[in-house]
Amino acid sequence: MFEIFTYDFMIRALIVGTLVSLCAALLGVILVLKRYSMIGDGLSHVGFGALAIAAAANLAELQVAVPIVLIAAFFLLRLSKKSGLNGDAAIAVISTTALAIGVIVAGVAGLNTDLNSYLFGSILATTNADAVMCVVLAIVVIVVFLVFYNKIFSVTFDESFAAATGARPAVYNMIIAVLTALTIVIGMKIMGTLLISALIIFPALSAMRLCKSFKSVIIVSGILSVFCFIFGLILSYYLDIATGPTVVLFNCAVLIIFYVISRIRMKFL
Amino acid sequence: MSYIKCSDLKMGYEDGVVFENLSFSVNKGEYLCIVGENGSGKSTLMKGLLGLVNPLGGSIEYGEGLEKKGIGYLPQQTDIQSDFPSSVYEVVLSGTLNLRRIPFYSKEQKKIALSNMDRVGILDLKSKCFQDLSGGQQQRVLLARALCATTKLIILDEPITGLDPLASQDLYDLVQKLNKDGITVVMVSHDIKSAVTHASHILHLSGDSYFYGTTHEYMHSPYGAKFLITDCPCDDCQHTHKGGNKLV
Repeated sequence: MFEIFTYDFMIRALIVGTLVSLCAALLGVILVLKRYSMIGDGLSHVGFGALAIAAAANLAELQVAVPIVLIAAFFLLRLSKKSGLNGDAAIAVISTTALAIGVIVAGVAGLNTDLNSYLFGSILATTNADAVMCVVLAIVVIVVFLVFYNKIFSVTFDESFAAATGARPAVYNMIIAVLTALTIVIGMKIMGTLLISALIIFPALSAMRLCKSFKSVIIVSGILSVFCFIFGLILSYYLDIATGPTVVLFNCAVLIIFYVISRIRMKFL
Repeated sequence: MSYIKCSDLKMGYEDGVVFENLSFSVNKGEYLCIVGENGSGKSTLMKGLLGLVNPLGGSIEYGEGLEKKGIGYLPQQTDIQSDFPSSVYEVVLSGTLNLRRIPFYSKEQKKIALSNMDRVGILDLKSKCFQDLSGGQQQRVLLARALCATTKLIILDEPITGLDPLASQDLYDLVQKLNKDGITVVMVSHDIKSAVTHASHILHLSGDSYFYGTTHEYMHSPYGAKFLITDCPCDDCQHTHKGGNKLV
């Protein structure tokens, strides 16, 4: 079954996808707990707009998308903080606007054939240079996350206690936003902009069904995410179906299984 | 010098002043209860003491080696999410994060966490999930976390909200014990009756005026008398309380 990894594009997809899955799973736990799930979704739509503009203007995609999504991340975080403005609605406004811009730009520039791969991902779309960039960014995300792991836990668990004992929640919220933006941008090519947020939310939700400590949720979430990606990738290759959606459905199946197990455990234990 | 000294403190938000001209101090070993009606500024004052909200005027000084970030803080339960997966040990350990700059736990920090869990009697809950505990147990966990952050002073925000009478009494006893062991206590509370039985000093905020003094003084002041229609246990009392029963 391993002859599929004799293809270069498959190897690239495997490496990039595994790292992105891991990043998404780590951050996903935080985003779900902070009630920021929708921010991930919003950012991926902004990423789509950025990709379309970059392609139309013939610029390097990542170099355009990274700064645009970063700015959007700062902005969205601000919006969700302000209680006066309806943060939920604001995110929907921004993400649909970005999506609309992306579709029109792609249409005008005659990129309609690429549209599908932007929206739903394509494992063929990753070039060698992309892959290297993705690997570097993913490692940065994972290292930063692990270094600040304890602080991030403290700030996420109880922001006011953390602030009272000298931590600066705003700084860590920014770190989380930046890491999320990076993860989304590097994951967009493989998973597609419409599906990348699934990679962030599903593993965290599954892990939270069964695990009782933060550390175990993080670890299980990471393992599940990588597992689902690799199996989704292999399955999609053999069944000749799109990779991103296969991975998402795999994640969904795992969530259902974990949910059922947690219900059974609650009833009988 | 006191641990905390507030002079002519004025606090509020964009939409108005909550209180002004407030002066009081917290000294080593004291047990101060901050009481008052809803909206009188108890929470605002507490946030000021913790450095979460800046005063509009006046000053808050910290002395005797107490640092702003070295205050142990027990927030209101409602601030914590109900579905957060975390073990008791993880929660308590996070209280030690202010002890050093490097964001990894040292052996020393783990020892502090364990000894504070022992101190509040939750060592056997170490690997339990925080969310599966009862309200009283959760408060003990958060109290252990607060103690990890300080050796001097803890601030408790309405700690008995949502607890049953037995668990409330347990918590009061525990706080009293900690106070006897040398921890200075500042407690924001609704429960004036319990405040006067445990605290050494009372700060009563009431709109544009306030009372600050020892618990004994408070019980004899118009502020205290309004709420406490009980027998005063002291020997000096000759006055009549609202209930009309003359004390001898």
